[in-house]
Amino acid sequence: MTDAMPAGDRKPIAPPVDETGPLGWARKNLFSSWGNGITTIVLLAFVVWVLDWFLEWALFTANFTATTGAECRGGGACWALIREKFRYIFFGSFPYEQHWRPLFAVIAMLAMLVLSADRRMWNWRLLVIWGVGSFVTFLLMFGQLHIPLSLILAVALIAGGIGLALRSGLATPSERMAYYALVGIGAVGLVLRIAGVLPSWSIAIAPLSYVETSLWGGLPVTLILATYGLAFAFPYGILLALGRRSNLPLIKGLCVGFIELIRGVPLISLLIMASVMLPLFLPSGTTIDKFLRAQVAVILFAGAYIAEVIRGGLQSLPKGQFEAADAMGLNYPQKTLLIILPQALRVVIPPLINTFIGFFKDTSLVLIIGIFDFLNTANQALVDPNWAGFPGEVYLFAAFVYFIFCYSMSRYSKYLELELNKGTRR
Amino acid sequence: MAATARDLSKVESVIQLKGVNKWFGQFHVLTDINLDVKEGEKIVICGPSGSGKSTLIRCINRLEEHQRGDIVVHGVTLSNDVKNIEAIRREVGMVFQSFNLFPHLTILDNLTLAPIWVKKTPKKEAEEIAMSLLTRVRIPEQALKYPGQLSGGQQQRVAIARALCMRPKIMLFDEPTSALDPEMVKEVLDVMIELAREGMTMLCVTHEMGFARAVADRVIFMDRGEIVEQNEPEAFFANPRNERTKLFLGQILHNH
Repeated sequence: MTDAMPAGDRKPIAPPVDETGPLGWARKNLFSSWGNGITTIVLLAFVVWVLDWFLEWALFTANFTATTGAECRGGGACWALIREKFRYIFFGSFPYEQHWRPLFAVIAMLAMLVLSADRRMWNWRLLVIWGVGSFVTFLLMFGQLHIPLSLILAVALIAGGIGLALRSGLATPSERMAYYALVGIGAVGLVLRIAGVLPSWSIAIAPLSYVETSLWGGLPVTLILATYGLAFAFPYGILLALGRRSNLPLIKGLCVGFIELIRGVPLISLLIMASVMLPLFLPSGTTIDKFLRAQVAVILFAGAYIAEVIRGGLQSLPKGQFEAADAMGLNYPQKTLLIILPQALRVVIPPLINTFIGFFKDTSLVLIIGIFDFLNTANQALVDPNWAGFPGEVYLFAAFVYFIFCYSMSRYSKYLELELNKGTRR
Repeated sequence: MAATARDLSKVESVIQLKGVNKWFGQFHVLTDINLDVKEGEKIVICGPSGSGKSTLIRCINRLEEHQRGDIVVHGVTLSNDVKNIEAIRREVGMVFQSFNLFPHLTILDNLTLAPIWVKKTPKKEAEEIAMSLLTRVRIPEQALKYPGQLSGGQQQRVAIARALCMRPKIMLFDEPTSALDPEMVKEVLDVMIELAREGMTMLCVTHEMGFARAVADRVIFMDRGEIVEQNEPEAFFANPRNERTKLFLGQILHNH
């Protein structure tokens, strides 16, 4: 074999020209056969035709400046209606001159969500982000917050408890002392408070005028229902999924029963129960805010669905992972938090985000019980007789806003999958 | 052979199994197992598949629950008490056929996890121990990689190092080389032989008869849930007494 050159000395030969470049690509993928070529041309013509019709309607003959519905008639899209109504669509019946408050509340929530999306924040910072973000959001929306002593004590107890559970073995003695102090103060304080020794004192933060939840509307309502609905439903769903796989028959039975019960009824029926039936069971005189009731219904409903998604992830883990963790002497919480959940959640990112997107849109069902979420305020904007007859524009606009949020979540799911699976593919 | 030179009768027992029975449903997987393991003793368990050898060693750290009889490990009798089980698991390391490394953690994190969370070793100290063990199994340069980036042989050596990080008194090996490509078997066996020479108490379920000859104090042959025969390796291979042992050895040694 004298004519064979060593591979390293061989001159690279360029691939045939008609196989590369845009021309080569088009030939291979669009016009590889007669049938293929005809399909390409027909579909292209269809896309051009639809696009031409849509742009004509939405842009070239559209009316952006009309002041009444009558001026709009006859032309293309009446975007002047959105221009006229967008503040109502975004903020509902919130006092008009105070609209900056829901605006900044929405910005605070979006900042909170964007920051939490960054993997580097997944530690104690997440608690700070959500603490500050939620405080700002609700202070702006309500205008005044009354934080009772019992809530502060409960937070101290829970924070200390979480610190002790998660940081045992890692914490320095002084850090551990701080956790014990928090637990001690929280527990003793709560007992004294319940016994009536401590007064029902509360911190009042009241820089703005009070706006009750029945006046809230539009985008902040949708964002609050979805964000806090899912933020609470997620850990709740994890607990349900773990409970469903428990060896203890009672815990398992309760979790299975709850999940099946919730999955067996429509969200609307749950919302109606929360808004109409729940007050009947409460002692007279006590009222729970309607908004809060809807929020709880969303959490319970989403929790059951999230639990089933996470259960799929738990079941996909090989038995060996559980055995290896057991054989090392890890206890159940350590095994679950360090070995099982990190792997199970990674597996279920796509279906989990799918569920999140579904629930983001399902929050619009609260219009059934008279809460003015974004879709409902858009709906109400059509009621104005001056602007009757342009439902297409309003719903298209609402759809566009929903799409931005849902598409962002979908892209984030993709990013998260790649990011978390870096170098760890089995 | 250094390992057999010691007089084991004077050494303390670290594992005792007395009349252990176990069923999987109606299937009687372990029948009246009696076994005494001395400190520093190396035992190789072999037998046809389904004979209960894996189940036997998995009972020792309670990955499987036995239904009759007593298992005493380091003076602690296994019971349903979680504290008891966790105490025993801290003293007993285990290496699996399929490695079972945690794929979402780096090699170093795989090694330091249990020392940090179970033994409360400070992180820095745990990492030093981990690195010295990785050096011992000859792959310190892989510390920051993920398990999926390593070959099977390397993964199994990491698994051995991970078990050793807890400074166990006893090591259980459940067919550690069965899932490996042939060219990687030796690198894992070499690490195990080294460990044996250092005096670790070892129970190995394996069909590597070369390994048994090199380090075992005792070879146990199991069939249908019973210990059929046990002897020192020389005698075990030269003069098997039971017909079933002869048949089994004939089958596996034929291939070597």
